[in-house]
Amino acid sequence: MPQIQLTLNGSPATVDYEPHHRLLDTLRYGLALTGTKEGCGEGECGACTVLIDGRPANSCLVPTYQARGCDVRTVESIPAETLRPLLESGATQCGACTPGVVVTSAWVRSNPELIETHTLRQLMAGNLCRCTGYDGIIDGVQQGLDMDAESRGAKP
Amino acid sequence: MNADAGTIAMPDTIDEALDAMAANPDLIPVAGATDLFVHWPEHLEAHERSYLDLSHLHELRGITFTEETITLGAGTSYWDVIRDPRFRDELPILVNAARTVGAVQIQTRGTWAGNIANASPAADGVPALMACDATVHLASAARGETTVPLADFYLGYKQMRREPDELITRITLPRRAYDFQYFEKVGARNAQTIAKVGVSMTHAAESGWRIAAASVAPVTLRCRNLEAQLDDEGRPASPDDFESALQADGVAPIDDIRSTAAYRSKVIACIIWHALA
Ligand SMILES: Cc1cc2nc3c(=O)[nH]c(=O)nc-3n(C[C@H](O)[C@H](O)[C@H](O)COP(=O)(O)OP(=O)(O)OC[C@H]3O[C@@H](n4cnc5c(N)ncnc54)[C@H](O)[C@@H]3O)c2cc1C
Ligand code: FES
Ligand code: FES
Repeated sequence: MPQIQLTLNGSPATVDYEPHHRLLDTLRYGLALTGTKEGCGEGECGACTVLIDGRPANSCLVPTYQARGCDVRTVESIPAETLRPLLESGATQCGACTPGVVVTSAWVRSNPELIETHTLRQLMAGNLCRCTGYDGIIDGVQQGLDMDAESRGAKP
Repeated sequence: MNADAGTIAMPDTIDEALDAMAANPDLIPVAGATDLFVHWPEHLEAHERSYLDLSHLHELRGITFTEETITLGAGTSYWDVIRDPRFRDELPILVNAARTVGAVQIQTRGTWAGNIANASPAADGVPALMACDATVHLASAARGETTVPLADFYLGYKQMRREPDELITRITLPRRAYDFQYFEKVGARNAQTIAKVGVSMTHAAESGWRIAAASVAPVTLRCRNLEAQLDDEGRPASPDDFESALQADGVAPIDDIRSTAAYRSKVIACIIWHALA
């Protein structure tokens, strides 16, 4: 089987893949990183969101071979303690969308300058949720941003 | 089925890529894969085809502004343009178009060149580029580089002036002092929506009006008759006064899953008329 090398959740990895595998398949079935979910398989829902070289991407639309040499981060790499605002704001109910929401939210929080050009609703628009009505998600991201700003301000 | 079926060519340079295309014109270029990979597991026949991955070709990357020309390498994504302050200042029409494509996860991967080569009449990048007089640069190992104005690129539904051994290498735009830029897409919602009707317009003293319309014909249309009408007569009393020019331009919408011909005909004229107010 052909292989690619990449940085996966911060560590170098060598991964077997089939030419027709999507990154989503490789993560879930090759590497047992099942946090990344498949919803629609057509790039609409965002349940399969991962970060590739620091940008959110739908792993259902990424051929695995395109991840060669890339820095790939999945939901498993997001520190649990950063999830509190999403939990407290009611950003999750059934949970199907949640891993993708968590990854996009982490991306927004690590790039707070995005809110100079985008609303949170625009940034989160690629993560569809059937349950929450979105307010909890948007509130959770906002609270996360507020917390980050506060802790940055607190540091000398 | 050819001997290379199911293989992926992963060239490091454009020359290697063009040689691979020359050797096997059945190779399908893959850029952001946001069109090619939709419902991929179901497309078993597509798994048997052979592909050429463009995503790691550094030569296709990069955006340059010279005094006269703006160049987008074929690897340029929507997000590259959205995040580039030069476009925000000078060509907000492209930023506005890019921001309506899918959502961020699509914008980070999808390319302008892929939008052109996918040849959907409902595309958003294509009309915006067309209203900026974009030129498509194609290259092949056998014939070197050729250029085609984007407005002349499409010959019919999903048919274009691209030979099987050719790659799009870049897109160029003349640099102009536009005094008017406008992008509008009418869809069912704001994100993740395909246009029912799309309109892109620019005006500069040196070039006059440029108007491109999406989802109203089998190809994205440059509306030259309408441009001439506006150049000569300015904004008419009513959107109905656009009817004969739009018809001459080939606006001939259909009923489909997203909208109706009647709605599209009415809305395209109204959008343009209101944009000029
Ligand atoms: C959920 C979702 C939402 C979307 N929303 C929109 C939208 O709102 N508006 C819109 O316009 N589009 C939309 N799209 C379609 C798609 O994202 C765009 O058309 C995008 O620009 C395609 O670019 P790509 O790089 O991903 O192309 P790919 O999928 O990699 O390729 C598309 C086609 O172009 C060819 N190709 C790519 N690059 C080259 C090249 N350099 N030379 C020759 N041929 C080439 C490929 O062989 C293929 O035929 C959406 C797609 C999805 C999945
Ligand atoms: S599963 Fe990838 S976007 Fe829905
Ligand atoms: S919590 Fe159920 S889809 Fe979002």
